[in-house]
Amino acid sequence: MLSEFKKLSALVGRNIKLYFKDKMTFFVSLLTPIILVVLFLTFLKGVYASTITNLLPEGVEISKQTIEAFCGGWLFSSIVAVSCVTVAFCSNIMVLDKINKSINDLNITPVKKSTLLISYFISNFLTTFLICVIVLIISFIYLACVGFFLTFFDVFMLFVSTICMCLFGSLLASIVGMLVSSQGAHSAVSSLVSSMYGFISGAYMPISQFGVGIKTFLSFLPSTFGTVLFRQYYMNGVINHLQTAEHVPAEIAEQIRLSFDGKLVLFDTTMPTWALFTVVVGTSLLLLGLYILISHLKKRKLHQKEYKKAPNSTDSGTK
Amino acid sequence: MTTNNIIEIQHLKKYFKEVKAVDDISFSVKKGELFAFLGLNGAGKSTTINILCGQLDKDSGKIYACGYDLDKEIDKIKPTLGVVFQNSVLDNKLTVLENLKIKAKLYDINNEKFKDNLEFLSDKLEFKDILNRPLYKLSGGQKRRIDLARALIHNPQILILDEPTTGLDPKTRILVWELLSSLRKTKELTIILTTHYMEEANEADTIVIIDSGKIVANDTPNNLKNKYANDFLRIYKYENSLPEILAKDKVKFTQNEKTVEIEVADIEQAKNFIVKYQNLIFDFEVLKGKMDNVFLNITGKDLKEVAYVK
Repeated sequence: MLSEFKKLSALVGRNIKLYFKDKMTFFVSLLTPIILVVLFLTFLKGVYASTITNLLPEGVEISKQTIEAFCGGWLFSSIVAVSCVTVAFCSNIMVLDKINKSINDLNITPVKKSTLLISYFISNFLTTFLICVIVLIISFIYLACVGFFLTFFDVFMLFVSTICMCLFGSLLASIVGMLVSSQGAHSAVSSLVSSMYGFISGAYMPISQFGVGIKTFLSFLPSTFGTVLFRQYYMNGVINHLQTAEHVPAEIAEQIRLSFDGKLVLFDTTMPTWALFTVVVGTSLLLLGLYILISHLKKRKLHQKEYKKAPNSTDSGTK
Repeated sequence: MTTNNIIEIQHLKKYFKEVKAVDDISFSVKKGELFAFLGLNGAGKSTTINILCGQLDKDSGKIYACGYDLDKEIDKIKPTLGVVFQNSVLDNKLTVLENLKIKAKLYDINNEKFKDNLEFLSDKLEFKDILNRPLYKLSGGQKRRIDLARALIHNPQILILDEPTTGLDPKTRILVWELLSSLRKTKELTIILTTHYMEEANEADTIVIIDSGKIVANDTPNNLKNKYANDFLRIYKYENSLPEILAKDKVKFTQNEKTVEIEVADIEQAKNFIVKYQNLIFDFEVLKGKMDNVFLNITGKDLKEVAYVK
């Protein structure tokens, strides 16, 4: 048991080192957050600032600092929500090992297949969590500069939400990683996830701005529940500030909250925070079950499939 | 299983739908032996090795390695095996030291033992000065030496080499074989080799030739040559009229720039030939048959083409 744990920690260390030493993989995994920042700085910030101003009744004005803090909170809730999944997909060492054939070298060692699979998942989770924590810290520094309205509870819950969403993202990436074994398929999946996930989770633009059909569809996806979690904790403080210090009427503040996905409404029912967590954690548990099931089913078939292409190659299919 | 045999393979079968990759083969490898596995691409040698390493399931048959049954005790077999793959499969972004350290941990090698093994291997394979260099910065020859060090870092009893010296410069090839020879002597390391280099196969204690999933020959290099390849009489200095006379006597020969070569069945025939043409021949040597010819005569396929395909 102790020996298997040592092997597990050696593998996890290896996988994390490989991710951070591969500058290209590291850069690609940060591409979506970078695109979001660029979009925000170029036009999204202006669009959202004017949306808030338009929602205000005549005669009510709010400070620039509050608007900056609100838009900053919205941006970083998007970035963290998206990063939890896109970083997980890009830092999937299992796929890279299959592409480089390094997995053959690992398979001949006396390491249990389950230990190998767990190591891929843990390292994927840790790298994703680490990157997301760095993004969280950057967000706190940014908000401190433009206007910090987060409470200690908000900060704490942002970390909790990050853990939950990183688990969700890593499990999703690990499952897809088990099914993908070529460079082409890996690039296709990574690009698809990087470009699509922001939309289907409501990170690029609030789902309240979509049509009814798409809005209803997106509201059922666990990814949206995750994004709304981050929105809540990033924007609660600043919306409360709108009401207390900026004297914005409660119904207007509520309207702003709904317009920017500060709450998730399903069939005219506002989802409570515990429901958001339940869906994210529940989906993660389902994904965990699926991961275990697929790994069990694919235990050896994965290799057989490779060798069927080139039955007589120790380096599995290079000839 | 005979105690002297470190590997015993009995009636091994592996089919990929209609392709009979390995078709009922049986052979054994003695402890400390250099065992060469010859065959064209697709002959079944790598499939056999992959089954032995536990990377591939067999359809039927039994495999015993180091006294363990592959079906029941694969976990005990794995630590006894070291494999040098045809292409390097180590982590390019990590340094030599990181690569070897991680692999040693996967074999439960403690730090002290690792340091000893690293000291020994880095000394013998001359890679002390590149320990902290990432693999992608190494030359092909340096990478191959690290591949071998990785395969030996846990002191395996059986070393499997799949085309180990492909692309190696002569100096490194000598270095690799010197280390392997010394390990065979000192630690009774058993080596299973798949190669297209005939000089390497020549050095083997036993050669198994596999063709279309079946074993077509299993013997020592000398016996195989005696059975399947004729000797050669190479004549360096001769009367200018020799080729003409040989043609007249209907003796088959090949004339190169400076030599005349005649295929002879054995030494006796060579002696008779020299006696017959003694006045025309001034300098000569008798050469043993080549493994290329053994392979060609057994399988009807030319091994040189294999090297070309590779």
